[in-house]
Amino acid sequence: MAQTPEGEAFVEFERVQKSYDGETLVVKDLNLRMPKGEFLTMLGPSGSGKTTCLMMLAGFETATHGDIRLDGKSINDIPPHKRGIGMVFQNYALFPHMTIGENLAFPLEVRKMGKSERDEKVKRALDMVEMGAFGNRRPAQLSGGQQQRVALARALVFEPELVLMDEPLGALDKQLREKMQFEITDLAHNLGITTVYVTHDQTEALTMSDRVAVFDDGRIQQLAPPDELYEAPQNSFVAQFIGENNTLSGVVTQITDDKCLVRLDSGEEIDAKPVNVSQVGERTTVSIRPERVETNKERLSDDAHTLKAEVLEFIYMGDIFRTRLRVANSEEFIVKTRNAPDQPRLRPGEHIEIGWLPEDCRALDA
Amino acid sequence: MSDTTDSGPMLAADGTPLKESLGRALRRQKIRALALIAPLLLFVLLTFVIPIVSMLVRSVENQIVSDTLPGTIAALSEWDSTQGDAPSEDVFQNLFFDMFNAAEAKEHTKLGTRLNYENTGLASLFRTSGRSMDDIGEVFQDAIEDADARFEDGAFWYEMMSGAGGDTLLADRRTRWSALTGDNMSGDVGFAPSQDIAALLPITTAAYTDFAIWTAIEDEDIVAEEDPWEAVYAALAVDLRDPSRVAAIASYSGAGADALQALTATEMPDLTFTEAFADLDEDWVSPDVWETVQVYSPNYTPGYFLNSVDRELTIDGVEARPENEQLYIKLFGRTLWMSLIITSSCILLGYPVAWLLANLPVRTANVLMILVLLPFWTSLLVRTSAWKVLLQQQGVINELLVWLGFVDDANRLILMNNSTGTIIAMTHILLPFMILPLYSVMKTIPPTYLRAAKSLGATNWTAFWRVYFPQSVPGIGAGSILVFILAIGYYITPEIVGGTDGVFISNRIAYHISRSLNWGLAAALGTILLVLVLALYWVYDQIVGIDNVKLGG
Ligand SMILES: Nc1ncnc2c1ncn2[C@@H]1O[C@H](COP(=O)(O)OP(=O)(O)OP(=O)(O)O)[C@@H](O)[C@H]1O
Ligand SMILES: [Mg+2]
Repeated sequence: MAQTPEGEAFVEFERVQKSYDGETLVVKDLNLRMPKGEFLTMLGPSGSGKTTCLMMLAGFETATHGDIRLDGKSINDIPPHKRGIGMVFQNYALFPHMTIGENLAFPLEVRKMGKSERDEKVKRALDMVEMGAFGNRRPAQLSGGQQQRVALARALVFEPELVLMDEPLGALDKQLREKMQFEITDLAHNLGITTVYVTHDQTEALTMSDRVAVFDDGRIQQLAPPDELYEAPQNSFVAQFIGENNTLSGVVTQITDDKCLVRLDSGEEIDAKPVNVSQVGERTTVSIRPERVETNKERLSDDAHTLKAEVLEFIYMGDIFRTRLRVANSEEFIVKTRNAPDQPRLRPGEHIEIGWLPEDCRALDA
Repeated sequence: MSDTTDSGPMLAADGTPLKESLGRALRRQKIRALALIAPLLLFVLLTFVIPIVSMLVRSVENQIVSDTLPGTIAALSEWDSTQGDAPSEDVFQNLFFDMFNAAEAKEHTKLGTRLNYENTGLASLFRTSGRSMDDIGEVFQDAIEDADARFEDGAFWYEMMSGAGGDTLLADRRTRWSALTGDNMSGDVGFAPSQDIAALLPITTAAYTDFAIWTAIEDEDIVAEEDPWEAVYAALAVDLRDPSRVAAIASYSGAGADALQALTATEMPDLTFTEAFADLDEDWVSPDVWETVQVYSPNYTPGYFLNSVDRELTIDGVEARPENEQLYIKLFGRTLWMSLIITSSCILLGYPVAWLLANLPVRTANVLMILVLLPFWTSLLVRTSAWKVLLQQQGVINELLVWLGFVDDANRLILMNNSTGTIIAMTHILLPFMILPLYSVMKTIPPTYLRAAKSLGATNWTAFWRVYFPQSVPGIGAGSILVFILAIGYYITPEIVGGTDGVFISNRIAYHISRSLNWGLAAALGTILLVLVLALYWVYDQIVGIDNVKLGG
């Protein structure tokens, strides 16, 4: 796995395990190193242990095994309120009996900051999230998006070096969500804050993060920058989970360092890039992104393997065409093509041949 | 995100002011809601509002004096108490006829009891005097019958008094009777006074009419066959004392005219009613007694209320009662103070329990909840008696302390029959009423708030005090109101473990209702208690705000 350089990790999980009931491990062997200033997203399906990891970091749950270090110091000995970690909760957790201003002043007050300094910081934090005019309102008098901003401002007002956010945009509508995504990353980068962000929305993860940790089954399945995650998934779970993906299963029949031949269950043979396969005879799932499939035979190299396909459905989506094909016994093979002048519009029932570059087709675990 | 503030009233789509159309929409909802609660409302009205109103009325009602002594009260209005003399003969004369009727109807003792609340001794004065009214009347009866034997005959009297035109008088006397007895006294009397005789002998006619009404309706006898009461003879004697009436009799020609004329020639006893009453009891000529009667003669009196706050009404206005009779203000103060202590102890003991209940895993919390509710399932009397067993000087707690050596055997703690006992037992009994609202409020405070506070740098204590506690205040408010209001009116527990130092005002109310039978005072005390609770509720609303009170959700 791609890892950060040794030595300068700001947040570090080492062989962390967590069990709530003493029977099942919710987090199994978590290893993670984050440098200062990074925006890291934990992405994964529901129940995969993301919140648990965050809670361990914040100090509200203790790791059953392993070590969590913050800036080189083991975190187990520091009580939550001394960790100086800003946190944005899934439901914002704004104190309902305080005004927005009081909510923001709270972390400064408990740090015994003087009133004038406090007021100034609160004002600055509110202005930062464009909520300057709302200081005297109560949380219940704000909209979801406004509460979200306030929660963010509250987590940042005491200038923590590390901020944790647990699905902070989960309750917002799509448009507001996209706006907030942008605002959050912008703020985090401008302030140079290290951020751990939890979401199960993959678009959110891809657009916001420096690196994404894909969680499943209590483990990090892959930790990589968004582009790498998308283009070079390490296993079939990641390939399936991130973006749209076509899979075909078969057996490896030939293998070299950077190329292998896979005989599909339908009998056809294709080229692929070996990722998780190492020997002939192994079963594999090959994965191809819909936009990397070429439907125009002329654009493929002569020696490329091609597959026969039948058009089942053609959907015009404006900027792209989305075509569903029957390929090698699979009826869910999707192809996306750019809406360009020379691009043919396929009709259902049409028989075509498709192909791809061998490096776009990754032979992963079965 | 922008905040629009328009000037001028907002208009709805159809051009009507927004406020108005909103009001109309809400009104329909309100009517529907009202229809749903109508049965309960009716029930509450019948079983709650009406009894309370009747209690309020009872606390100021005082018709008994003017109902029982109507003539006396009217005559007494002339009397000036500051002179230090007994009232005039006229008052005693009226008193005789009023008392005579009251004694016939056996109502005079009730009046005595009523006036006794204000002036001790009046109960026996009225009771003993009532019996002697006949004796006074007999003096006159004997003289009249000696003068003319025809007056011994009931039929003769009937014929003399009957006639036409006296219906108003009859109705008037009937109303008096019904005010006195509380019955409506309707029915055929079989007698109507004659207008002529009423003009000639007004007092006699009134007395005879009274006799007739009572005889016909209460005794269910024929008026003509019965001999008149002694009071009628006394009335005749009184009428004959007036020279102008004597003159009129001389020219009278109706039935029995000759007998009356014969009577005018005879000497009547010169016994005055003042003397007669003074003979019965010296107290009757004491201005003190008459002052009480006069002060309490109006139909409504603040007397009970004044009594409730250790004041009394005298002829000079409101005055404090003598030191040794002062009781109620102290009792009210004690009730409030002890309720306050009980409420505070309930908060102190209940808050941690409620917190545990709200934060433990469900299974454990349920077990704990059963322990909290357990007292509800045992009878109040049993629980309080159990405290008696625990608290008495030879009781479990003292034995344990002595055994452990904390307390010397010779001076065991006095935990019962004083306010300590009441406070301990009532705190225990009312604790669930504090825990339950607290619990249901705490249940709605998500644990993320505490986590959020800690992540923002608050210590455990700060997080609790600044974030958790303020959100649980509505629960404290609800619990406190509940416990305080229940405590303020508590009866059984103070009665059993309170002794004399630990009783509440409600114990006194119960005493007046079931033992001293002074319902007016009980009603006044109850009314003050009610007003006190309402006032506290209002103060509470001003300080905490009643909408901050949550019983749950
Ligand atoms: N307090 C707890 N006690 C017992 N089990 C828990 C507790 N909290 C979480 N779990 C279990 O741990 C697993 C991981 O939970 P976690 O909350 O970390 O998931 P998540 O990845 O945050 O999911 P989501 O995306 O739905 O928020 C789940 O199976 C959950 O049932
Ligand atoms: Mg979660």
